[in-house]
Amino acid sequence: MNIQHVNAKLFFDSPFEIGGPRVVGVFHDWVREQVFDEVLIDVADYRHVPNGPSLMIIGLEADYVVDDSDGRMGLLYNRKAGIDGSNVDRFKQAIDSAANAALLLKETLGDKAPMFSQTEFQWTVNDRAIAPNTPETFAAFTSDLVASATAILGHSEFTLKHHDDPRRLFSVTVSTIKSFDFAEIA
Amino acid sequence: MKTSNSLWRDRLSGKLPEPLGEEIDNFESEIELRKQGKIEDKIFAETRLRRGAYGQRYDNGTRYDGEQTREIPYPPGKNTKGPGTVWDAPGMVRIKIPYGGLNPEQLEVLAELAEEYSDDIVHVTTRQDVQLHFVHIDDTPALMRRLAAVNITTREACGNSVRNVTGCPYAGVCKDQAFDVTPYAHALTQFLLGHPDVQNFGRKFKPTFSGCGQHACGLTAMHDAGYLAVTREVDGKTERGFKFYVGGGLGAVPHQAKVFDEFLPVEEMLPMIQAVARVFAKHGEKKNRNRARLKFLIKTWGMEKFKEEVLAERKKLTPDPRWTEYLDSVDTFEEKPSRPGGALPAMNGNERYNRWAKGNLREQRQDGYVTATVALPLGDLTANQTRALGDIVGKYTTGTIRATVEQNFVIRWVSKSDAAALFAELDAAGLAEPGAGTIVDIVSCPGTDTCKLGISSSRGLAAELRKRLIEKGAQLDQAIEDLHVKVSGCFNSCGQHHVSDIGFYGVNRIVQGYQVPHFQVVLGGEWENNGGSYGLPIVAIASKRIPDALDRISEFSLRERLANERFSAFMGRVGKAKARAVLDDLTKDAPSHDDDASFYSDWGDPREYSTGDIGKGECAGEVVTAYEFAMTSAERMVFDAQVSLDDGESQKAGEDGYAAMLKAAKALVQIEYDDVSEDSDEVVEEFKERFYDTKKFFDPYAGGKFANYLFTGHENAGRRFDVEAARHLLEESHLFIEAVHACYNRMRTAGLNHGASK
Repeated sequence: MNIQHVNAKLFFDSPFEIGGPRVVGVFHDWVREQVFDEVLIDVADYRHVPNGPSLMIIGLEADYVVDDSDGRMGLLYNRKAGIDGSNVDRFKQAIDSAANAALLLKETLGDKAPMFSQTEFQWTVNDRAIAPNTPETFAAFTSDLVASATAILGHSEFTLKHHDDPRRLFSVTVSTIKSFDFAEIA
Repeated sequence: MKTSNSLWRDRLSGKLPEPLGEEIDNFESEIELRKQGKIEDKIFAETRLRRGAYGQRYDNGTRYDGEQTREIPYPPGKNTKGPGTVWDAPGMVRIKIPYGGLNPEQLEVLAELAEEYSDDIVHVTTRQDVQLHFVHIDDTPALMRRLAAVNITTREACGNSVRNVTGCPYAGVCKDQAFDVTPYAHALTQFLLGHPDVQNFGRKFKPTFSGCGQHACGLTAMHDAGYLAVTREVDGKTERGFKFYVGGGLGAVPHQAKVFDEFLPVEEMLPMIQAVARVFAKHGEKKNRNRARLKFLIKTWGMEKFKEEVLAERKKLTPDPRWTEYLDSVDTFEEKPSRPGGALPAMNGNERYNRWAKGNLREQRQDGYVTATVALPLGDLTANQTRALGDIVGKYTTGTIRATVEQNFVIRWVSKSDAAALFAELDAAGLAEPGAGTIVDIVSCPGTDTCKLGISSSRGLAAELRKRLIEKGAQLDQAIEDLHVKVSGCFNSCGQHHVSDIGFYGVNRIVQGYQVPHFQVVLGGEWENNGGSYGLPIVAIASKRIPDALDRISEFSLRERLANERFSAFMGRVGKAKARAVLDDLTKDAPSHDDDASFYSDWGDPREYSTGDIGKGECAGEVVTAYEFAMTSAERMVFDAQVSLDDGESQKAGEDGYAAMLKAAKALVQIEYDDVSEDSDEVVEEFKERFYDTKKFFDPYAGGKFANYLFTGHENAGRRFDVEAARHLLEESHLFIEAVHACYNRMRTAGLNHGASK
């Protein structure tokens, strides 16, 4: 089974104030400078909606989002276009892109940047037709998830937690005791 | 874009209600044909519009990034999806929700679509539609199939067609209704959808239903066709019918609908709208889209002739069984509660619940039940919230929820004894905002966020105002809390600023050589009585000063209003000149760009507000001074004309409104030809030759529309003005002056403003 539209979310470990103009300005700068490989189109501001996609860069192939869904803020990479390669390639690509954006955010905001969790990240497949959120889907992709996480973290000391609400998108959180470094996975 | 689109086609094949399934198949084929270049882009544009796939800001492939307008680096070599519209540029999908009626299953699908194809946000519009933004055109057939599977269509949600049939969200449960309009709104929706007689309009056509005259829920006064429920007694029997309005509309020049029939029997509802549609299709303007709404046909003909034509057309119609068949099923629309009625819990120590209950619960006509309004900030909710809302509605009711024209949801048939539990569940989902229908519950169109026509950031402003008002919270006086505030990003009034107590619409101005986002302050409109009267603009104020303006107006009304006096009545009594005086200093003493660059950007958008790299040449400076002086006079003249209109001097108002246009035209002409005289013939001739014939005056979207206001005013110089005619001319005068500003800004941007003499 071919997976597509893999999202990755890197969680913030510390409270992060997104109310001011700072991050909006950074996102507009990123659009102006087209800092990623994907086409960046515009910035969408939903800070008035609780527990949602607070601030987004809308892209053609992918969106970059400061996302507060489920009350856990983080940087979300939302892949919209299909990608060639294996399932492992696609899981890795999502984390690579999110980590790349996280590093850039840290670099740009300096000591005002959020602290990212170094022990946890989340994959979501944003497509119910390809990946209905069922135990069968989790079973079908477990080996790819394990291979991807192992390749990203460089070890296999992690756990996978499948979030099994069938109405939500297929989603798995990877947790590890050993800290990982964005610079190494980006 | 999605790799799963074909999976949905296969999965839902043969399972969709017809004709929706076949229509979506056809649309998918049309997309393919357009990709192959076998359909003209202009035709494809109207095709997709009639399927609800709309354009969005920046879809021409360029975007101003705060420094300059740059191309968005879309992959090269693809077709367009309309003239000047890049294929890969994301667009908006408008989803028709007739009379706002939804059920939990449909909410679930909307949530899924928002996640998978859009930006995780479900947006409720001022016409009870739902919009999803940033959708790729290639994904639209799959999205439409998934909607069709739960009996929702996007067909004719946009384009020159019959738009969503709106209706009172309290229909059936309202204490003040004549009867439940739901079955009739449903019948009209079904009858007109895809009807051959509604396929050849020059512009859109918007119907609405209201159960009573006094509230705003249906807004019959501002629709092309408005049905207001009424009854009459004949031989001891109660007959149902509608007070039938036609020719209303907001837009750039708002028109109040006129009564076509004081009592249109329900049996005549469908044949009469068919006759109206046929007359509109046959005689409505087709070439000039700016005058193609029904309101212009009625204005040109007068109601008497329009009615004669419609009645003559009605006589010619071939009888259609559908005209009355639906009447047999009217009773089936009666909703039932899922839980026994009860009593509201006593107000307790939970201050948040108390505030929410006070503003968001409304007694139903049925004992023991209330409706609960879910107030949505800027009409937005997330996919997760949409799912949670479906669960809550399913748990406490039989699935009865409706979207409202104030961009909220109303849950119907909530047992009073469930109110506190419902609040707790809504609160857990972040959906228990208090203050529904109050000053905090600000309505806004998309504005510069996503709309191609947006001039200023209506959503940015609305978010800022909302934040500040929430901070004031309980300190707000009840009279202030009761005000309605509505914001549009431009003069087109999608935010319905004309029918609010305090409205704003986006304009721009040059300040110290820079473009600065502004909002016109519109005062005195009436939300009640189905949008019973329209406000008028009094002054343009810089966007960053609008929160101060709102404070000033609120405090002014608090200080000077009479007990229980509504804001619109207050404005009528004190006059706009006095209201303007309290705002006057906000139009002066702008900070320099060096001192406060944020003044030169819009709310929520740190980019410098400009469409080009504007220079500050000394030569231009001299011209600017003369120009600005003349334009200030023109604006003052049109304002004085409004005051005359308020004072009942409609003739003077009309004449001064025309004179203001002339003044603005001369200001523009003088940039090129210093020696132009005061003679109106010469001013108009020079304006036409230099700015209209050369198309310099042409707006990128409206073309030469606004110039025609001047030409018509000139041709009709010396005419008589009644109140309505003067009011229309003043609206046109405002728009013409705005267009002069816009033209001047474009010229400065293009460096064309060097003085010249004849």
